[in-house]
Amino acid sequence: MMKGVNKPLICFAAFAICLLLATHAGLAFTNAPAIGESLPPFELPIPQDARAQSYLGLSGPGQFTIAQIEAKVVIIQIFSMYCPICQKEAFRVNKLYRTIQKRNDLKDKIRIIGIGTGNTAFEVGFFQKKYEVPFPLFSDENLSIHQILGEVRTPYFIGVKINRDGSNKVFYSRLGQFKDVNSFLKRIVELSGL
Amino acid sequence: MVSKKYGSIICMVGLLAIFSWVSAAHGRSDAYKENIYPVGTLKPTDSVLKVKVGDLAPDFTLPAVRGDKVTLSQFRGKKNVVISFVPAAWTPVCSDQWPGYNIAQDFFDQNDAILLGITVDNIPTLYAWTNQMCSGDETLWFPVLSDFYPHGAVAKKFGVLRSEGVTERALFVIDKKGILRYIDVHDINKRPRLEDLVRELEKLTK
Repeated sequence: MMKGVNKPLICFAAFAICLLLATHAGLAFTNAPAIGESLPPFELPIPQDARAQSYLGLSGPGQFTIAQIEAKVVIIQIFSMYCPICQKEAFRVNKLYRTIQKRNDLKDKIRIIGIGTGNTAFEVGFFQKKYEVPFPLFSDENLSIHQILGEVRTPYFIGVKINRDGSNKVFYSRLGQFKDVNSFLKRIVELSGL
Repeated sequence: MVSKKYGSIICMVGLLAIFSWVSAAHGRSDAYKENIYPVGTLKPTDSVLKVKVGDLAPDFTLPAVRGDKVTLSQFRGKKNVVISFVPAAWTPVCSDQWPGYNIAQDFFDQNDAILLGITVDNIPTLYAWTNQMCSGDETLWFPVLSDFYPHGAVAKKFGVLRSEGVTERALFVIDKKGILRYIDVHDINKRPRLEDLVRELEKLTK
C-alpha cells in the first residue's frame, strides 16, 4: 500500500515523532493548568512568619497544599526575580492585594501567593524586600513546581476556587501581566462566582 | 497517487513534530515573547581557565552598547569590579540573568563595586537584546560590552571562550588593586545564585 514512499522520508518522520514524544514525556504535566480542572497537586512549606501564617490560615511547621489555604479563592502568581515584566508588574500586584484587603466583601475570601520559579529563597526574599510585596512568596529553586504547572513563562496567574469539600477548581489560567487592577479583580470575582 | 499521498502525510507529521518541539522550548520570562532561541542542554563547561584567584586580571578595552569604550584598569584604585560573561544574546538562561543584576545594584553599591557585562555578540544585537530587559527610556545600570571583534579576544585572555565561539557563563570578582578574588565558571545551563555573588562582594569590604 505504501509502495513507492521514500525510505529516508519515513526515517525522517519517525525521528521527528520520537523527538516529539521524548521531549513531551509526561505530556499531562507539561501543559499549563487547565480551566475547569483541579490544580495539579503540589506542596509548599508553611511560612515561618506569623503574619503570613495568619494571612493563609495556617499554623505550625510542615507543608501545605493550595486547598488548605483558608479562603474561597487563591490567586497564584508564578514569577521570577529575574523576569523584567515581573519586576515592573510588582507594584500592580501589590495594589491588587491592597484593593482586596480594603473590600469587606472580599478580604476574607481571596488570598494571593507568589511562587518564584527557579529562584532561591534568598532571591525570593530579595524580590519581596525590594518591591515590598505584602503577600507570601515561596521559592521553587529546583523548578519542581514549575514542571508540575506546565513550565509556564512568567508572569503567569492562576485562579483557584477552593470548594467546601476540600476539592479545588482552576477558573483562571493566563500568561502575562494584567493591565488594570480593578478589571482583573472584577474578572476574578465573576469567573470564580464569588 | 497513493504513495505520494502517504509521502505528503508523513512529511507533514514530521514537520509538525519538529515545529512542536522547537516551539515548546523558550525563555522563562514573557518579556522576550517567542524570540528566545532554544539551545537545548549544552556541555556544562568547554574551556580551560587561563587565570586563577590571586592573579592580576588581564586588562582589556571593549566597546560598550552605550557608545563609549571601557577599560578594566580605569577602575583600579577606585572600584571593585565584577565581570559577568554570558554566552549569547537571545538565549534562555542568559536572558534571565542580567535583569536580576539590574535590580540588585544596591548590593554592588554597598560593596563599592561596578558590574561589567560581556558577550561575544556585536553591538546592534546587544542593543536590541538589552532593550528587551528594560522598558521605555530605561537602560541597564551597568555597561554591557561587546567582545565581538577580534572575536572573543577578551574571553580568550581569561580562558572562558568555548569551542563553539561563545563564552562560558562566568563571574570574575576583581578587587581595587586589579587582583582576581573570585572565579565562578558556571555550568552554562544554569544561572549562578545571587547570594553566592553577594557573599563574595561582601568579602571585599570586610
